[in-house]
Amino acid sequence: MASAPTATAPQAENPLAAGQERLPAEPTTLVIFGATGDLARRKLLPALYNLAHDGLLPERFYLVGVARREREHEHYRQECEEAIRAHSRRAPDEDVLRNLLANVRYIPGQFDSDHLYERLGQLLDQLDEEAGERLARAYYLSTAPAFFPLIVEALGRHGLAQQREAAVRVVIEKPFGSSLEEARELNRRVLAVFDEEQVFRIDHYLGKETVQNMLAFRFANGMFEPLWNRNYIDYVQITAAEDIGIGGRAGYYDKAGALRDLIQNHMLQLLCHVAMEPPVIFNAEQVRNEKVKVLRAIQIPQHDRVAEVAVRGQYGPGHLAGEDVCGYREEEGVPPDSRTETYAALRLEVDNWRWAGVPFYLRAGKRLARKLTEIVVTLKPVPHLAFSQERSLGVRPNQLVMTVQPNEGVSMALGAKIPGTRMSIRPVNMEFNYGTTFLSESPEAYERLIGDVLIGDPTLFTRDDEVEAQWAICQPILEAWEASAEPPETYEAGSQGPAGATRLLLPGHSWRAI
Amino acid sequence: MSDAVWSAEPTTPEAIERALRRLVHERHTENGGYVPGRTLNLVCFVDRAYVGEALNRLRAAGRNQPSRLILLTYEPRRRSLEGQVVVAARDRPTAAGAPIALFETVRVALGESHLDDLETIVDPLVATDVPTLLWAPHGHREALERLAPLAQAALIDSAAHQRWQAALRQAAELSDRLYVVDLAWLRPAPWRARLAAAFSRPARRAELEAIAAVTISHHPDYTASALLLAGWLASRLGWRPTPLYAGEGRGAIASGKLRSRRQEVRVVLRGLPQELTPGLSSVCVETASGRSLTLSRGPGGLHAHERLPRGQERRWVILGASRGEGGILGEGIRQALLRDPTYLPALQAAQALAPL
Repeated sequence: MASAPTATAPQAENPLAAGQERLPAEPTTLVIFGATGDLARRKLLPALYNLAHDGLLPERFYLVGVARREREHEHYRQECEEAIRAHSRRAPDEDVLRNLLANVRYIPGQFDSDHLYERLGQLLDQLDEEAGERLARAYYLSTAPAFFPLIVEALGRHGLAQQREAAVRVVIEKPFGSSLEEARELNRRVLAVFDEEQVFRIDHYLGKETVQNMLAFRFANGMFEPLWNRNYIDYVQITAAEDIGIGGRAGYYDKAGALRDLIQNHMLQLLCHVAMEPPVIFNAEQVRNEKVKVLRAIQIPQHDRVAEVAVRGQYGPGHLAGEDVCGYREEEGVPPDSRTETYAALRLEVDNWRWAGVPFYLRAGKRLARKLTEIVVTLKPVPHLAFSQERSLGVRPNQLVMTVQPNEGVSMALGAKIPGTRMSIRPVNMEFNYGTTFLSESPEAYERLIGDVLIGDPTLFTRDDEVEAQWAICQPILEAWEASAEPPETYEAGSQGPAGATRLLLPGHSWRAI
Repeated sequence: MSDAVWSAEPTTPEAIERALRRLVHERHTENGGYVPGRTLNLVCFVDRAYVGEALNRLRAAGRNQPSRLILLTYEPRRRSLEGQVVVAARDRPTAAGAPIALFETVRVALGESHLDDLETIVDPLVATDVPTLLWAPHGHREALERLAPLAQAALIDSAAHQRWQAALRQAAELSDRLYVVDLAWLRPAPWRARLAAAFSRPARRAELEAIAAVTISHHPDYTASALLLAGWLASRLGWRPTPLYAGEGRGAIASGKLRSRRQEVRVVLRGLPQELTPGLSSVCVETASGRSLTLSRGPGGLHAHERLPRGQERRWVILGASRGEGGILGEGIRQALLRDPTYLPALQAAQALAPL
């Protein structure tokens, strides 16, 4: 497969690019497949507007919406405008919005119809002609996953997957497969058409400032590295809790479940950020190499031991924020006998020199006590305590808590003397809050990620071997659960999750309250 | 939350600092969701008559605000210090418990007799371990000099100076002591970004070597911004900067020829008396092959006009919202926390280009 030029390497040689906050993106046409869907309306279009507002879109930029519904260009422009006005993080500047919409086109069609791609090719050529130069092309697949391989192959068949004078990239939304076999098959079909450097597999968690800050926190501060290993760290706990149910996503969620929805992608990415070795330089190849090493070092659970390292649950009726809420099986669109897990917890071990013997506890679930995503690193207790613990809350192991949402920041739990005549100790927190320390409003994750696609930087995207390594960890668990006669354990909505999750904990460890 | 306010006259820096700590502590005790913001100290030295104007400019800067503003209001005849402290928050803490930053404003009225010891007045008032930015929007260079040891950065506007030659010289002198954030440099930032983008493709990059002429049109008061843009091109592209000659050609205020590795580059700075918008009006870059790219200010972003060697022309709009003067000041405050390695070489080149 001929390699399309990418923007990353040559940009560094542009003497005018030095000192710019963001490398310039080459002139591009972005094609969104699934352009009338929820993701496009709520996230992609507002992100594009905000990039335009900040002057971060390429100097020549066209947007082509592709979807099954019939409509004219003008009708789609109106839909774009409504979506931007409704969901942009800031009120649109009318001039910028008008100029952005002026470069929007729409093509209706079935994703498996050759006619659609013929029209698309004609339109892309026409836009190149209008611009007076060959524009880079970025195809954003924001459709149901079943269409990903069809669209990719059709792009290949119609000669739209590569061009000589400008880059061609494809962005693939999650989920990337629903099993190891599917992920491998999808990789095979995608990579038969595109080179890996052209493929941008989105995990929007990686676009979050706080997730990126984990790397800065670890690798820009010398104080953590000496402690960041099995000698000092007792265990790591990663939580992604939601208080909401499944909303209107029963069709997707009942097939996916918590393990596929959150753990296979987002939470394993967070684990990698905690456990990876420092990359030599911060570029796509080095960062992703280090993450893959972590994933490959994780012990893949054996089928007969899945019950020891994985727990699943499903929410029943309960109370949240003072209101009664229904159980999962009573949600609209969910089969009354569904065995889909809405909660999953794992105990994983990273078998390498740094982490051998340190359990990584992961849990994700819906309808839990509150919305919270955090990573907690618990250090081993001090070997000897000279102070009396009488009349005190006692000395607890130090904990480093990195909160991804809702209150982005880092806190460290330390022991401190309680004022008074006795040497009594209690835990106190030292806190860093993003919102009170930085001036700027963080861009939405999709703004960062689309911007990276436009400049051709894949650092924050998942590589083919990475996604397969993620699935390799989850696959035995999924198979064991599917084969099991036991249904998921029911937990009360608004609670901490199923009681059985404590089964995963090693002696002396505990789940942090959600 | 209502603003917490303290004031006294006469007073001392120690008493002001004590009051500040007390007010912050009271707000935090009242609700644990209020926490002191720790982003940036901005020390602003301003004549009393212009306090309102300085505050209005800061309000217009939007989200990019210092966590602690130390406003030194100067009244030459004042003998005693007057202090006022205001602790305020933009929002109320929510049920979700997100911390809300408190913004602190310390206002100190002082007189000529205080100038010799200015740093000893301000030192107790700056939040420690937080970067400190100095800003004297109406001159008062002596105050900046006095306060420089307390700060890491200074906010200046070379274009606001009536004599831009002196402004560039002062910016260079100040750069020896502090990191300089120059609003005259930040205004053309989108122009620099777009010129960089225009030559970002490998096929276009070779044309950087072939640039034969640059014409920069600007508001007549913004020669400094135009010189900084020309200086940026010269420093990035290795053109040897030599002084421009003033008054050559119709409407031109300065022009000259610079030596690049391959050829001469004609540089023209054109002040437009009729221009009302601050900053640059247009930039035209021409190559030896006859290709030209002109960027002009327009609604909804910069308007680009490209002419190809065979005469074809193309026009398009480059998307980007105007930041306005308030947004540029906010950007200046934000830039105090960053470092742009290209400003100083551009400034040095701009000084070398300064018309004879």
